[in-house]
Amino acid sequence: MIEILSAERCISCNQCVRVCPTNVFQEVENDIPIIARQSDCQTCFMCELYCPVDALYVTPNADGIELVQESSVIEDKLIGGYRERVGWGKGRKSTASDDESYLVFRRTKEMVMQNSK
Amino acid sequence: MTFLKQRKPVRLVIFIRIKTIDDDEGWFDDMSKKATESLKLQTDVLVIGGGPAGAWAAIAAAEQGASVVLVDKGYCGTSGATAPSGTAIWYVKPEEQAREDAMMSRMDMGGNLAERPWMQRVLDRTYHSMHQIRDWGYPFPIDETGGPNYISVQGPEYMRLMRKRVQKAGVRILDHSPALELLSDSHGVAGAIGINEQTRQPWRVDAAAVVIATGGCAFLSKALGTNVLTGDGYLLAGEAGADFSGMEFSTAYAIVPHFSPVTKTALYQFATFYYEDGRVIEGAGSRRGRSIIAKTLLKEPVYARLDKADESIRLAMRKAQPNFFLSFDRLKIDPFTERFPVTLRFEGTVRGTGGINIVDETCATKVPGLYASGDAATRELICGGFTGGGSHNAAWAMSSGYWSGEGAAQFALKQGANRFNRNARGLSELSGIPTQADSTKNIISTEEVVRQVQDEVFPYDRNWFRSEEGLTASLDRLNHLWQEIKQGVRTTESSRLGVREVAAMTATARWMYESGLARRETRGMHVRTDFPARDAAQHYRLISGGLDQIWVRPNMATTNRNVEEEVKND
Repeated sequence: MIEILSAERCISCNQCVRVCPTNVFQEVENDIPIIARQSDCQTCFMCELYCPVDALYVTPNADGIELVQESSVIEDKLIGGYRERVGWGKGRKSTASDDESYLVFRRTKEMVMQNSK
Repeated sequence: MTFLKQRKPVRLVIFIRIKTIDDDEGWFDDMSKKATESLKLQTDVLVIGGGPAGAWAAIAAAEQGASVVLVDKGYCGTSGATAPSGTAIWYVKPEEQAREDAMMSRMDMGGNLAERPWMQRVLDRTYHSMHQIRDWGYPFPIDETGGPNYISVQGPEYMRLMRKRVQKAGVRILDHSPALELLSDSHGVAGAIGINEQTRQPWRVDAAAVVIATGGCAFLSKALGTNVLTGDGYLLAGEAGADFSGMEFSTAYAIVPHFSPVTKTALYQFATFYYEDGRVIEGAGSRRGRSIIAKTLLKEPVYARLDKADESIRLAMRKAQPNFFLSFDRLKIDPFTERFPVTLRFEGTVRGTGGINIVDETCATKVPGLYASGDAATRELICGGFTGGGSHNAAWAMSSGYWSGEGAAQFALKQGANRFNRNARGLSELSGIPTQADSTKNIISTEEVVRQVQDEVFPYDRNWFRSEEGLTASLDRLNHLWQEIKQGVRTTESSRLGVREVAAMTATARWMYESGLARRETRGMHVRTDFPARDAAQHYRLISGGLDQIWVRPNMATTNRNVEEEVKND
């Protein structure tokens, strides 16, 4: 669930307000947006990918709030980590071209064949 | 003050960058308007839903020369089950044996209900569409052949690209704009009415044809990306008089870590499943052994460990599914060496196969001017009564999306110049399902409806393992709930969830269970504990429909000519 919107990092571009499919964020005049409806968050991590300054952090827990600390997710380099892994952002290259699903599918097929022998 | 001074230039830079990434003029105007005056548009084709099916529909309709508006209740590009996931694609080269194997591989699993001509055309269309997105710049990986490998796409990349192409095609996108009811006159469907959830501005789009691409219904289970998928399009179609097919094939549950929404059942082929004390659960598996996991979960917790993945495949798995490992990494769990608790999260009709019945190759419904595609439409034509995530569903979304957009555009362009002056009216008045919340205190709330519907559809012992007794009892409660909804529903302040969404979920559950009751056998994913065997006499699709009174009847005109079943039962 979305837990952190870093006031330190946020630049009020409101991109999160715009892209969140369940409308969790709300624009605030002359200020940074707020997490207005946290319980509507579906934990899809999309806001993190679209945030240009890595100001957002979504915990993997879809059903409850963990009360993570901003300082600890920064320290553990967790905030912004997903965007980096997907290769989005200035100076990065999309990692879609590194997708090795075909190797995984090939292996599972071999495993199924072996099991049916 | 110095803090503000430092921040300002940064703001400006980012603003410009966003405008170039996503050339969406008018957004900032719309946001500042806060108008209550309705936004009124006229268009040849209205596409409802902006996932892959809707995006392909919009592009195909525009290619035919039609004007197109696409509305999404979230944001076209992030909405739906595809955007946050990596997904396999049912992509098969046009080689006879490979195609034959692909068509037959799941035929029996799907209860022999798939239709070969539809499978063939979906394989053809998907082949073409995948090459199309390569030409649009999707960065496919290069495999050992030295060429692109088309077997999967990364959802965020794919859907960001699709949004760009939709815009490039000249389609007007309205984000955060759920449709609340269809418009219609004596000639058929004529557009829709809805609201922008952020500005609260109502909108009305008069259209000569409408494509429903709203996805399936996962009943707010939080399976990855599915919480916008509440069956809204089913309700719209049902009110217009369209019918459904295969709604009994709606028992999909995905394996997830107990703490996570990330559904990636395919990777659990590398898993061993354990009881709490560390003993292996015999027979449990991600494929056919999933029901053993469900039965165990009814009594005690189940743990998994991806210990069948050796070192050589682990990095490939990480590269294939970045978001699967995200959950583990953030919680500092190594899924290859540590056991973690798993559960089964309900995916309803999203990875079921039932949906709106389509009557021809253009993905038309039986209602003139109304088309359906993607998970909103039945996928039995290519999957029968069983499907996994992605793969067939992803191929179906790009294929049916394309055909529905093309068909809707051709239908629209054949209409006369007066096609927008039809004095069409909203259909909710007739159905009695409200579009607006009621503020009266002593009526049911959206929260309460959700809880009641989930109580009927989530439990494995009600939905996965079905029986006449259980289904009848659930239907009694759901029918009662339906009548209550018609008296009005109040919304919950802390939630965006609307009256239409909870009504759609209730209607979907009723179509599912009435169809489940009518299929007195076990076929595909539909399991009846009181009829545990497949019955050759019921080798047909089940068509359903109706709002207050739901009807179900067999489709005897099945033309799939699959003879395997007769052979088997001799």
